[in-house]
Amino acid sequence: MNIVRALKCRECGQEYEIQPTHVCEFCFGPLEVVYDYEKLQGYFTRELIESRPQTMWRYKELLPINGEPTVGVQNGFTPLVRARRLEKVLGVKELYIKNDSVCYPTLSFKDRVVSVALSKAVEFGFTTVACASTGNLAGSVAANAAAAGLESYVFIPHDLEQGKVLGAGIFGTKIIGITGEYDDVNRLCSEVAGKYGWAFVNVNVRPFYAEGSKSLGYEVMEQLGWKAPKHVVVPMASGSLCTKVAKSIKEFIQLGLVEDNGTAIYGAQATGCSPISKSVKEGTDLIHPVRAKTIAKSLAIGNPADGYYANRIIRETGGWAEDISDEEVVAAMKLLAETEGIFAETAGGVTLGCAQKMIESGKLPRDESIVLCITGNGLKTQEAVVDAITKPRIIGASLKEFDVLAEADGVK
Amino acid sequence: MRLRVYLTFNSDTVCEPIIWKLAKEFDVMTNIRTAEVKESTGLVGLELEGKTDVVDAAVKWLVAQGVHVEPIEQNVIEG
Repeated sequence: MNIVRALKCRECGQEYEIQPTHVCEFCFGPLEVVYDYEKLQGYFTRELIESRPQTMWRYKELLPINGEPTVGVQNGFTPLVRARRLEKVLGVKELYIKNDSVCYPTLSFKDRVVSVALSKAVEFGFTTVACASTGNLAGSVAANAAAAGLESYVFIPHDLEQGKVLGAGIFGTKIIGITGEYDDVNRLCSEVAGKYGWAFVNVNVRPFYAEGSKSLGYEVMEQLGWKAPKHVVVPMASGSLCTKVAKSIKEFIQLGLVEDNGTAIYGAQATGCSPISKSVKEGTDLIHPVRAKTIAKSLAIGNPADGYYANRIIRETGGWAEDISDEEVVAAMKLLAETEGIFAETAGGVTLGCAQKMIESGKLPRDESIVLCITGNGLKTQEAVVDAITKPRIIGASLKEFDVLAEADGVK
Repeated sequence: MRLRVYLTFNSDTVCEPIIWKLAKEFDVMTNIRTAEVKESTGLVGLELEGKTDVVDAAVKWLVAQGVHVEPIEQNVIEG
């Protein structure tokens, strides 16, 4: 059942037919997919959802595609982990990790948004897809396009680390490195997106792409036993995830799938790129663009397109936003790994570190359920922690030498 | 070509008639689609239409005047 109604301008409310476009022709406001939810009443039940395969597509009626997905059919439905050891360290009663560091196939939540964007692109008749990225998005577009038999172009800054180039290059995508200042590179990508007849995932198909994030929220609620959490902490780059998690909760409440639990949404940023968190803390809705300087590169968006909307969601839901230093990011990455066995990328350190700070300041209550959204895998940002991990102690191939070590460790 | 950009003005540039000067200096059609101007900051959604090299030169000129020029998508490059 297709319940997608239109694309609607978030600013002036102008509606557009479903098409590959992303800004309002009248006021340049961003477009968002809107649905006729009443068509799902009595049909879209918990039982129906539970009867479907464990992928993000079990909620397909609430994702903006016609019929069945064609790209990323197996993506999503990552674990929701009860973090009991971390609860003790943080001194909280009920803590969960939504672990998208194991999202299929490229180990980041971008696989959710890209699956929707590319499925929609195929529907629209595109045969080439593209993106501009410094990491997770590039890998996800390249991999999902490869698996779907689509041609792909990935634009990157020319001096991007070799490891990240490899993460997209292995999939046979066409990688274009661009020289120049960040702003010039950014503008060029927008011009390319405007000129060539491709599906540029975060430009002309962005309204559809962004909706894929909602699947993370749906999964959390189902995995909590059809309950909305009291508090959700999300990392913020463009701010889109923040708004879409809120939208997913609103939709489930409207459809009677969960009760309104008064969920508060919290945003996390690294201090070196914290325009949204600053605006929340200063009590304004003005987002001042910044030059990003942080090891949390997947969150390094200096002028976030959804910043204003994320700020509004955080304030409306009674949440808060926080930011932490790069040293705190590394410490939080280690804490998550050592307590829960989850190796998150730098953005995961940002989320946990900010949650920790908000628990200590009393912004996040200790006695109610908290969900932390971990969105990417630590294997992709190893350089951030390489100096922070314990180096191996080297011994000769002799039991005697090990005995000495074991005794020093107090092993009996 | 037709280019759609957001211009951000700071306290030094917000009072200057920069868009008027731009139209005098370059053979481009300017069309303001949205604007919010405060005492120390301004944001203008502007459409620029003209020959590609002229539009490119116009953007460079805006940057040289101290105006921050961004595509309407703001950040196209993601993590």
